[in-house]
Amino acid sequence: MHARAEAPTEAAVEPAAESAASWPDDIFAVLQRFDVRQVPYVPDAGHSQLIQRVLASPAMRGIPLTTEEEGVALLAGAWAGGQRGVLLMQSSGVGNCINMFSLTQIFRFPFLTLVTMRGEWGEFNPWQVPMGSSTQAVFELSGIKVLRASQPDEVREVMEAAAGQAYGACTPTAVLLSQRLIGAKVFTK
Amino acid sequence: MSKANRLDRRAVVASLLKDRKDAIVVGGLGASTYDIAAAGDHARNFYLWGAMGGAVMIGLGLALAQPKLPVVVITGDGEMLMGMGSLATVGLQKPGNLSIIVLDNEAYGETGGQTSHTASSADLVGVAKACGIADVRTLETTAEIEAFAASLQDVAEGPRFANVKIDAANLERVLSSRDGMFILTRLRGDLGFGPI
Repeated sequence: MHARAEAPTEAAVEPAAESAASWPDDIFAVLQRFDVRQVPYVPDAGHSQLIQRVLASPAMRGIPLTTEEEGVALLAGAWAGGQRGVLLMQSSGVGNCINMFSLTQIFRFPFLTLVTMRGEWGEFNPWQVPMGSSTQAVFELSGIKVLRASQPDEVREVMEAAAGQAYGACTPTAVLLSQRLIGAKVFTK
Repeated sequence: MSKANRLDRRAVVASLLKDRKDAIVVGGLGASTYDIAAAGDHARNFYLWGAMGGAVMIGLGLALAQPKLPVVVITGDGEMLMGMGSLATVGLQKPGNLSIIVLDNEAYGETGGQTSHTASSADLVGVAKACGIADVRTLETTAEIEAFAASLQDVAEGPRFANVKIDAANLERVLSSRDGMFILTRLRGDLGFGPI
C-alpha cells in the first residue's frame, strides 16, 4: 500500500485513494497513441494500475518477465519484427539490465522504459537505497537518456516527450517516476 | 573432448535450415551464430554477438510481432543456461510460431571448452517442460533432426523446444556480419519495414 507523500494521512493510504490516481491513465493514453504493442514488465506496486490497463487492452500485450533484462531483449526482437514496446520496472531492476542495455546501442532501436523509483523520498527499506541511488547514473552510463516526473500533473507531458524521442528519433529513453509521485511504501505489521 | 556418436553441429543446423522458407532465425552468440552463417547468409538471419542470455527473448519479441512467420532460435547450452528464466516467460506466452533449439556441447566452447552445467546435472529439456512448454524433446539422430525441421514451419502448435547433444569439437569459425544495424535493417526491410 502506498501513501501519497504530500499527504501521509490515514485517509490517503486507503486503496481507493490510490486507484483514483489519474497519471497512470495519462501514461496509458500516450502508449496507446504511439501504437505501443508489447509491454513487458516485472510488477511493481507503482505500476499496478497501468499494468491492469495494459492487460485489459486488446491492442497491447502485457508480458510478465522473470527478470528485467528479458524485457530489453524482447523489445529488440519486437522492433525487428515491426512492433514498438515499453518496459515497465522498478528501480531495483535497472541494475539487472546493464549488459542487455548494449542492445540499445547495437540496434539503435526505439527503447523506452518506465521506472518506478524506490530508495528515495521517505524510503523505509534501506535495501532499496543503493540501487535507487544509482539508477539514473546507470542509465546515463549506458547511453540512455533520463527524464523524470515527480508531480501527477507533469506525467503526461514527460511521457509525450519520452515517447516522442524514443519512437520518433530512436533515442533510448528512461522515464523515472519519482517515489514522491507514487508515494513511499508504507510498511505496517 | 568429444563423446562418441554425437551429431555434427554444422550438419544439424544445415538440416534444420535447409527448407526454412520464410522463417526468421535468431542465433545465440558464439558457435551457434557461426553455424547459422555456415548454413548460408540470409536476410532473415538475426545474428547475435553478445547479449548473452537474450536469444530466446529476442525470438519471443519477434514471434509475438510476426505470428504468421516461423521464428527459430538456435543457441548453445551456455547461452540458454544464462537465460533460463526466459523459458518460463515463453511458457506463459505460448507463441505457436516459436521454436527453440539448443546445440548442447556441454561446454563453453568459445572460451576454452570449460564444462557447462549440462554435462552432468542440468537438464534443459526438463527445465523447458517444467516452464510450461509442452512440446519438448531431445534430438539424437539425423532422422529426428529432419522430422523436427519440418515441424518448424508449423506456426500454430508451438512453442517447441529441442535439445541436441552435439559433438564438442571446435570447428573453424564462419563469421557472420557483426554489425547490428546492418542485420536489423536488413531483416526489417525483408519484412517490409522501412527506416524511421
